[in-house]
Amino acid sequence: MIDRLERHPHDVLVIGAGGAGLRAAIEAAAAGASVGLVCKSLLGKAHTVMAEGGVAAALRHVDERDSWQTHFRDTMVGGKMMNNPRMAQLHALEAPDRVRELEAWGAVFDRTRDGRILQRPFGGHSHPRLAHVGDRTGLEMIRTLQDRAVAMGIDVYMECTITHLTTGAVGYPTSDGARRTTGAVGYWRTTGRPILFPAKAVVLATGGIGKAYEVTSNSWEYSGDGQALAYRAGAELIDMEFVQFHPTGMVWPPGVRGLLVTEAVRGEGGILRNSLGERFMWKYLPEDRRAEYAATDEEASRWVSALSEGRQTDARRPPELSTRDNVARAIYTEVREGRGSPHGGVLLDISYLPADHVRRKLPSMYEQFKELADVDITKGPMEVGPTTHYVMGGIRVNAATGATTLPGLYAAGEVAGGMHGANRLGGNSLSDLLVFGARTGAGAASYASRIADQPHVDPVQIMDAQRELAAPLERTSGEDPYAIARDLQSTMQRLVGIFREDTDLADALAELAVLQTRAESVCVDGGRAYNPGWNLVFELRNLLTISEAVTRSARLRTESRGAHSRLDFPDTDDKRWGKVNCVVSRAADGAMDVRTAPLPKMPKELRALLDTH
Amino acid sequence: MADAHFRVFRGSPGEPGRYDEFDVPAEEGMVVLDALHWIQGHEAPDLAVRWNCKAAKCGSCSAEVDGRPSLTCKTRLSDFDLDEPITVEPMRAFPLIRDLVTDVSWNYRVNETIQPFTPPDDVPQEDWRWQQQDIERVQEYRKCIECFLCQDVCHVLRNHETEQPFMGPRFLVRAAGLEMHPIDQADRRQYLKDSGGIGYCNITKCCTEVCPEHIKITDNAIIPLKERVADRYYDPLQFIWRLLRGGGDEPNVRVELPVLPHGSDGIAESREQGPGEPA
Repeated sequence: MIDRLERHPHDVLVIGAGGAGLRAAIEAAAAGASVGLVCKSLLGKAHTVMAEGGVAAALRHVDERDSWQTHFRDTMVGGKMMNNPRMAQLHALEAPDRVRELEAWGAVFDRTRDGRILQRPFGGHSHPRLAHVGDRTGLEMIRTLQDRAVAMGIDVYMECTITHLTTGAVGYPTSDGARRTTGAVGYWRTTGRPILFPAKAVVLATGGIGKAYEVTSNSWEYSGDGQALAYRAGAELIDMEFVQFHPTGMVWPPGVRGLLVTEAVRGEGGILRNSLGERFMWKYLPEDRRAEYAATDEEASRWVSALSEGRQTDARRPPELSTRDNVARAIYTEVREGRGSPHGGVLLDISYLPADHVRRKLPSMYEQFKELADVDITKGPMEVGPTTHYVMGGIRVNAATGATTLPGLYAAGEVAGGMHGANRLGGNSLSDLLVFGARTGAGAASYASRIADQPHVDPVQIMDAQRELAAPLERTSGEDPYAIARDLQSTMQRLVGIFREDTDLADALAELAVLQTRAESVCVDGGRAYNPGWNLVFELRNLLTISEAVTRSARLRTESRGAHSRLDFPDTDDKRWGKVNCVVSRAADGAMDVRTAPLPKMPKELRALLDTH
Repeated sequence: MADAHFRVFRGSPGEPGRYDEFDVPAEEGMVVLDALHWIQGHEAPDLAVRWNCKAAKCGSCSAEVDGRPSLTCKTRLSDFDLDEPITVEPMRAFPLIRDLVTDVSWNYRVNETIQPFTPPDDVPQEDWRWQQQDIERVQEYRKCIECFLCQDVCHVLRNHETEQPFMGPRFLVRAAGLEMHPIDQADRRQYLKDSGGIGYCNITKCCTEVCPEHIKITDNAIIPLKERVADRYYDPLQFIWRLLRGGGDEPNVRVELPVLPHGSDGIAESREQGPGEPA
């Protein structure tokens, strides 16, 4: 059985072909490694394609006062100082070069009047900083990276799911007890046939976990695959309690509930109002940051005019451009207190600007509302509400190389943790995946180059993996994976959402345990070829693992910080929680272990940057 | 709202296909992909559907709805008479994988034959200054989400009308985006004429009609490319100039395009009985 198994050995296997995976593959191939790139979907369909607003980089094209130091500071402040400072520094330093590199590879960004890459303002960024293409920046990025990868001749395995990472003893056959990665097992989605990828190094770039929730901006692919694969293989996760609820998702019609409404709407001047017509964000600005925002409607309006006309201004930014965690809580609170819109959101209005301008700056939002909700955003407001969007936490990595705590295993992009701390700024994920995609590709290629022979993949692990793949099809009765997935999403939405408390989190753990048991007897109809029910079984397993990690971490952190809001601990507790991350790992007995570990040390020169601003 | 009645193509290569019928509770604002998900979640868990973003941004969920090539994620039930059944079938131009999913890998192989972006060696990037109005055309081409509906509807590909390969509207759009990029140095005209088969397009504009991104594929991409090719190869003045200048032409390197494989015949037969066939 194993002898007949289709196998494709590579120096570096990259799992996930969004921005981070593509960028990692390009860098590893440029370093001379043989690279395999695996994706669950067709190439170019990954979640990066949905990124709208832009990529944050201190290019200084629109405001010369910007600098990498200010970008670093904004990122740390937005992340409530939970970020890995070294990651935030590398990110701010290298993002401009990574953006220019995209242009050199054929990307066509919107332009300033003097013909350079245009930058737009976004929440939490001190200056206009986001290079963009209207509101379809992610498409431009993924297509540019895809074209580059294709031109380099990288082997791409499309519609292929990885279900298991294999590990072996370091220095096999003479082992010193430590383990490292040896490759991955999966199957072709089109046929269901199993496939083995022996690899010296594996890069996880599988994105986020949004499908654990009912209301999410994420597609079916975001099932926490990389986090769960890494956890099961023995790597550590950090910061899993920090899940970003984007303030503005569509709330109507039901079929598109949760679909993202880009922050660029607010970046271009969009105003949030409740059902009483109040511009409620004035009430929710955090006191210690109030000086960064306009004081009056008039000042905010001057800022918008200056932006539309492409000139600098002394007016400060509107209150709608507060950080995402804050705006999401504000909207949630307005709705809960009875000041919501007809379908349970609030109103976001950009229609006071000239229709042509709105259509040019926000073309895909215009289409999205016109075609899916019968709303013309140039004529009236949009209804919006919070939607699960992004996980700040993820696999614990080395800032410089993307190495995880398991030798040979690397991670980049949303699947990795540390860069964004307790809350991510808009625009920082596209720059994250470029900067750390490149670093991780280089790190993995360098690791692989130091290994002489293709690692031996343990046949027992391959057999076990194949048995697990076959089991749901062989059972004649059992649980329906769709039903379990719906129940899981309900649990997470009700009990581990924007506002959390201990009793809810305890209930969630109990419900997750029941779901876990049900998932063990899951049974599906049909065969292996393109069978979504069968495919869901393995995604469900990953979702259960990461849901437990999110819930346990959320229960451990008895404070409110960034995206993690505890009703029973509403204050930020710097003394107890300001210097530690929650770390999740698998104990020897297979149980999930959650503990705290000290934050990476802040170098003195970076500390000075935070103090002087 | 009332139930919507769906007829959904089911089948695999090498077996006769069939149409399964489903009554789906219709909700306000519902799209065809919502209905397919409801069917998966309640009646047919193994119904094969390719989809991803559900926001008309990724181009995965292409299918034919009542015979019209469509993104199922933006095809709203309110646009149909719910007293009549809605028929959903896979794209016809490509080989069937299962149910509504087709093998579109041919497109990726064609894409590989296009010479990639080729910037000049001697212009530093700081000097790449372009006005917004100068790049708007290129940005229009780059809006393409690769749903391949234009390839599906193109009669040259759909009906296998040529012996020679034809790259199809999608890749003419990509080529246009490269040819008209403000700083690209490559000349793809010979490739477009000899390998890509640009001459096979007879400008019926079906591709433009189905494009979910509203790219004016024929007017803004294909016709300008045809003009460039015509100027290069068929303009008498240019011809004389080349004669006078003598030699120095581009090397005659022909890139072979892959041939689009036919769909399964058994499937085609069973499909022809469907009421959703285009006239």
